Amino acid sequence: MALAPNMPKAWRAETKPHKFCPGCGHGLILKALGECIDELGIQDRIVFGCDIGCSLLSWDFFNADAIQTHHGRTTPVLTGVKRARPDRICIAYMGDGGGYAIGSQHLVNAASRNEKVTVLLANNCNYGMTGGQMAPTTLPGMKTETSPYGRDVEATGNPTQGPEMVSAITPEGAYVARGTTANLRQLKKMIKKALETQLNGTGFSFVEALSACPTNWRTNAKDTWNFVEKEMTQYFKVGELKVPGEKEGK
Amino acid sequence: MADKPIKGEKRFFVTGNEVVAWAALAAGVDIMYGYPITPQNEVMHYWTRLAPKYGRKFLQTEDEISAGFTTCGGVFSGARAFTATAGPGNTLMQEPMSMAEMMRIPAVFVITQRGGPSTATVIYSQQEVTLTCFGGNGEGMRVVYSPGSHQELYDYTIKAFNTAWKYRFPTFVLGDGYQAKMRESLIMYDPEERGIQMEPTEMIVGKEGTPGVDREPAHLRNTYNTEEELNVVVNELVDAFWKAAPEIVEHQEFNCEDADIVIVAHGVVTRAAQAAVKELRAQGKKVGHFRPITLRPYPIEAMKTAIAKAKEIILVESAEGQLDKIVKAELYGSQIPITPYFRPGMGITAEEIIEFINKKG
Ligand SMILES: Cc1ncc(C[n+]2csc(CCOP(=O)(O)OP(=O)(O)O)c2C)c(N)n1
Ligand code: SF4
Ligand SMILES: [Mg+2]
Repeated sequence: MALAPNMPKAWRAETKPHKFCPGCGHGLILKALGECIDELGIQDRIVFGCDIGCSLLSWDFFNADAIQTHHGRTTPVLTGVKRARPDRICIAYMGDGGGYAIGSQHLVNAASRNEKVTVLLANNCNYGMTGGQMAPTTLPGMKTETSPYGRDVEATGNPTQGPEMVSAITPEGAYVARGTTANLRQLKKMIKKALETQLNGTGFSFVEALSACPTNWRTNAKDTWNFVEKEMTQYFKVGELKVPGEKEGK
Repeated sequence: MADKPIKGEKRFFVTGNEVVAWAALAAGVDIMYGYPITPQNEVMHYWTRLAPKYGRKFLQTEDEISAGFTTCGGVFSGARAFTATAGPGNTLMQEPMSMAEMMRIPAVFVITQRGGPSTATVIYSQQEVTLTCFGGNGEGMRVVYSPGSHQELYDYTIKAFNTAWKYRFPTFVLGDGYQAKMRESLIMYDPEERGIQMEPTEMIVGKEGTPGVDREPAHLRNTYNTEEELNVVVNELVDAFWKAAPEIVEHQEFNCEDADIVIVAHGVVTRAAQAAVKELRAQGKKVGHFRPITLRPYPIEAMKTAIAKAKEIILVESAEGQLDKIVKAELYGSQIPITPYFRPGMGITAEEIIEFINKKG
């Protein structure tokens, strides 16, 4: 099967159309990633790790070596690969539950050790795969299956600010950004810079992408985009937080 | 940079943890991943001192979950990789160990058992037998060696890497705090000079060529959609394990041929059992000793032969019946009585075994 002309070369035609729900943000993030892999010409050097979460559905998405890991454990698996084979380009792909809850110790420590891997995280304000429970990123007042009356920040805290946290603990040379599937051109630039950071070996690279989960949000197309663009951005500021060679706080 | 860590044969008088580090070096290990826990720490201490001299690597991780998963990552990339842990760390590491079982990842895990349950003691026990053989959400498709001396710690640490890479099952060296901390003399050697060919490793990901163009991509699964799909995979795992088992099992026996009583013990306790047999034989008692070296897979055929004429088994272990459970399951259907001598978390001497047997009459 040939790929449609606008699809990244690194995509695996046999596994398309992909398995995400209609309107899901994961497919958009992976499209941006695929284009970056093409442009950087690194398809033969990629080791792609996917977390358990809807990110798992990307395991056969690319014509690249890929490893299904465990929920939250993609960062250490890819760190292990990178440490043993520094010439590989290691990408750990995960959800917000995987990165900020169960795997947060791995994210924090990989970031502080400045591991030369790229972590790409889809923030969809909930645990998508398990049916829409509250995640560390669930917005205040937002209803989920385990916060049916809305997230009570008194009892459950405020949404985790992932890139802000990672930016605070990484040294100069790391790359940290938050992009959004509502601005794919910008998101793609960020992912590309993250991969370049790894290629240059200057530090850890981390991109969070605001991503829709219409299935669990129970939103139609209009409300879905409204949520990503208006609601999520009230808590999650889109932009670069740390760029190698640039002063912080940009 | 020095090339071979050990040339020819050399006598050493060192602790078990140092033995493990040297054995891993001699086995050509590329990288160790680890998190501090007593009584395993000095494996890392010696490794971090020695490894850079031979171009080998180390990563200290944030916990044992990570140590296990980074080890799996290293193995995926084709490295000969290992980690070491104990007690609560062994508990945390069950998650990556179960991934290693499912994905046939030839990772090596060195366990230095300490007292349990919980944090308990940092000293010694044989209480991690069940966890090491059958931990995780799986079927126990693991190879577990239980060495009894520093020489064996050296021999079986080297062997563990070969077993792992030959059969592609996670492989364990199940030591304990006594072996880890005590000094003993042994001979270290270069495996090749002894005619031991190191099993070659293989890149499981990251092979040459562009995936989808020059070769198929490695798409490694551990998640399945249907019962049927999983069942096929698990059956393949189980079949491969039992097919390899006869080549893997190892044991030792002492004076079992005409023994009325056979002492069954593993790990360091075999030393007490061997000494007890000598003494009891001198007293004219028909006592023998059977010692499984592999706890998983278990050398059941050899054991059945060894106890064929015996009237009783005395099962001696520093745990409340963990080896005992394995033995009973393996001996299902046999009528031989099994008398327990369990001392969870405590060492066992030859004198204690002799006294126990003599008191029984
Ligand atoms: C150790 C462990 N705990 C829990 C689960 C169940 N589980 C699977 S996916 C998931 C949540 C995924 O949410 P997230 O990481 O946000 O990814 P998303 O599906 O939203 O993209 C959970 C809790 C698991 N697989 N493993
Ligand atoms: S459940 Fe949500 S995150 Fe998962 S595929 Fe569907 S829309 Fe995407
Ligand atoms: Mg999520």
